[in-house]
Amino acid sequence: MLGKLTWDAIPFNEPIDLGASLGMIIAVVFVLGLVTVKGWWPYLWREWLTSVDHKRIGVMYCVLALVMLLRGFADALLMRSQQALAAGGAPGYLPPEHYDQIFSAHGTIMIFFMAMPFMIGLMNFALPLQLGVRDVAFPTLNSVSLWLTASGVLLTNVSLVIGEFARTGWLAYPPLSELRFSPGVGVDYYLWSLQISGVGTLLSGINLVTTILKMRAPGMSYMRMPVFCWTSLAANLLIVAAFPILTATFAMLLLDRYLGFHFFTTDGGGNPMMYINLIWAWGHPEVYILILPAFGIFSEVISTFSGKPLFGYRSMVAATMAICVLSFVVWLHHFFTMGAGADVNGFFGVMTMIIAVPTGVKVYNWLFTMYGGRVRFTAAIHWSLGFMVTFVLGGMTGVLLAVPPADFVLHNSLFLIAHFHNVIIGGVLFGAMAGYTYWFPKAFGFTLHEGWGKASFWCWFVGFYVAFMPLYWLGLMGMTRRMQHYDNMAWQPFLLVAAAGAVLILCGIACTVIQLVVSIRDRAAHLDRTGDPWNGRTLEWSTASPPPSWNFALMPLVEGEDAYWYMKRRAAEHPAGHAVEPKYEAIEMPVNSATGFITSFFAVVTGFALIWHIWWMVWLGLFGAFATMLVLAWRDHDEMEIPVDEVARMDRAHRGSQGAEIAR
Amino acid sequence: MTAAAHAHGHGDHGVPLSTSADGPAPKRIIVAYGFWIFLLSDIIMFSALFATYAVLSTATNGGPTGRQLFDYRNVAIETGALLASSFTCGMMALAIEAESRLWTYLGAAVTFALGAIFLALELREFADMIAEGATPQRSAFLSAFFTLVGCHGLHVSIGLLWLVVMMVQVWAKGFRDTILRRLLCFSLFWHALDIIWVAVFTIVYLMGGGR
Repeated sequence: MLGKLTWDAIPFNEPIDLGASLGMIIAVVFVLGLVTVKGWWPYLWREWLTSVDHKRIGVMYCVLALVMLLRGFADALLMRSQQALAAGGAPGYLPPEHYDQIFSAHGTIMIFFMAMPFMIGLMNFALPLQLGVRDVAFPTLNSVSLWLTASGVLLTNVSLVIGEFARTGWLAYPPLSELRFSPGVGVDYYLWSLQISGVGTLLSGINLVTTILKMRAPGMSYMRMPVFCWTSLAANLLIVAAFPILTATFAMLLLDRYLGFHFFTTDGGGNPMMYINLIWAWGHPEVYILILPAFGIFSEVISTFSGKPLFGYRSMVAATMAICVLSFVVWLHHFFTMGAGADVNGFFGVMTMIIAVPTGVKVYNWLFTMYGGRVRFTAAIHWSLGFMVTFVLGGMTGVLLAVPPADFVLHNSLFLIAHFHNVIIGGVLFGAMAGYTYWFPKAFGFTLHEGWGKASFWCWFVGFYVAFMPLYWLGLMGMTRRMQHYDNMAWQPFLLVAAAGAVLILCGIACTVIQLVVSIRDRAAHLDRTGDPWNGRTLEWSTASPPPSWNFALMPLVEGEDAYWYMKRRAAEHPAGHAVEPKYEAIEMPVNSATGFITSFFAVVTGFALIWHIWWMVWLGLFGAFATMLVLAWRDHDEMEIPVDEVARMDRAHRGSQGAEIAR
Repeated sequence: MTAAAHAHGHGDHGVPLSTSADGPAPKRIIVAYGFWIFLLSDIIMFSALFATYAVLSTATNGGPTGRQLFDYRNVAIETGALLASSFTCGMMALAIEAESRLWTYLGAAVTFALGAIFLALELREFADMIAEGATPQRSAFLSAFFTLVGCHGLHVSIGLLWLVVMMVQVWAKGFRDTILRRLLCFSLFWHALDIIWVAVFTIVYLMGGGR
């Protein structure tokens, strides 16, 4: 009846695990209880859970990412403290089977459920606004994408309470991840969570590619798109081209585990190294899926706060697309030690180094954008400057690792760990924080507290160097990754320093939380009345903050790069032109839909049933999802009309405050 | 949308801009384009399975090889049925354009029948192989074979289910815009499965059968 599920799945005998589980359950029950007691369910359901508005969906993605940042960072603190203690004969406080789950969960959560949702959330929020359109190409599908991602998050976190998570590292290499060596449900949790959220990501990629290529305001030719749109286009093309490989690879591993196939097994003719090849054919584009949107955010932030158009727009576009293509021909540098031979390793080493060229072009473009500009040192520009310093350093250690003989020495050492945290924290995370700070007022109508934002930046920035510079050194000293304990006492001082760095980063996260609380409390003092708090250049700043659900009362007409900058200039030159009221029309907008939420409910049911081999429930879940789709297909009204009065009322209010600002 | 009111297709000085500056495309174009992107991603998923098959096609682990297992007469009939179903699917598209329900149902029925024949033959092939002991658990080659060909078969099955749903929708709701767009997507899907089958036929049966 319940497959493999028994009471043994609950970790009664593991105090740390049980404590974490209880803590998580109490937090969830508290939040749900609060929502119930306050009577917020109808509002939440109507305005958020069933919303197909790209802005709401983008915000929910970012909330998901911030919560998962806390979860993933808790794992990081556990690892740093374990390694700080477990030197010589000391066992530390985390048993190996638990420690292995923690490093696997940390990597999985930070990449798939923190970095990815954060970037997809920011793209979802900002892209249609920057393109001057009213929504993405497929709004209901967008909601399905969000909730499928949330399903993966839920399943991964359920593994903490019921059963276990993978002990195989964040990419679950076979043969370790095969049934023979990992007979528990941990790898199944990993695989099904990522299969479900991966479908969500793929659908999101298709949606955003179509939006960028087929839906832009009149006049916005490709070479007038803001750079964030370009980098998002590149990232989403990579999603469309890379995620199907991940789906196929995981499907094969699942067939091995569930039906005894021999893709990656050590017997029956299986080939474990093929998994490594396939997973990195997805995995390397994946790192560019994360970093390219961040590059776009930095471009927007640096240009805005320098008060100058981006230097070398065309070269920026060319560099972005070059990285997009090159990212598919470097995957083998993740396993030079596989022994593919000198020629093959040489080719991939050279291709990897070539990627540094377009990236270098971008760094120089950002520097030249700032050169001669009047730079306003806001929190967002702090993150951008910290990124430029840190990312260049991480890029250089990357070029070092791209040299195959050096890689043979450094492979799987802490040097590698330091390198990729160097680029992911310094690049993706700093970019996400810059974007969060930059677009927050657009989403909510008030700016974030600058002081706490800068405090957060400095804690992260210093904390990163304190936490990861010792790891470079430890790598050179020969310490490998994923060690639950070690004998070499010479390593311990470095690991103690690294642990202190993690505590500094914790302070940075605390500052972000405080910043949010303080900003909400004092929001009256930081209201963004004009919709343009930063003196922005692109179209998202031309509408109100927060924008109405239809974004633009009239679709903007784009006449050059930095469209809104020129609109403002023209309005300042001809104030009379701004005063003339345009002719408003009623607007058709898509109606809310519970499809995404309900489909994802059934996806969780199906995933959970598959993990625990509860076959009747698998069919129930699949049938439920299919029925939900049929209900959607049968609906008669998929759009509603916003009356012209409503459009005019909202736009008049916005134009009034905008006009006052331009006059000033 | 009000976009049309703005879009003149000309820049500041009457210079024609590229079509990329015309404003948002019509819904029909957007849907078909998005579906094309989806099909592209699906083809990439197949390409991962093709690559796997190519790597594992000699990993028979002492078990039967493609040459011993493949029945080319069966495969030829399968191919014929599927290619013919693409033709009838095209005829159905013409009937839809003419908004003729009778011919649409007829085209769909023949397409469905041909698809079902294809699927039945494929399942019989699988059943025969399993009966001979050539199961996917026998060797890595057979794992790759069953997964690649089975994944295409799964797509055909989903296509048949989709076709039935669409015909019920045409019956219940007529040729309204949403239904027409979905039928367009179905056509694209069905033809894409044909393209993938051509690759399966070539790489799995012709090239794989030589080993």
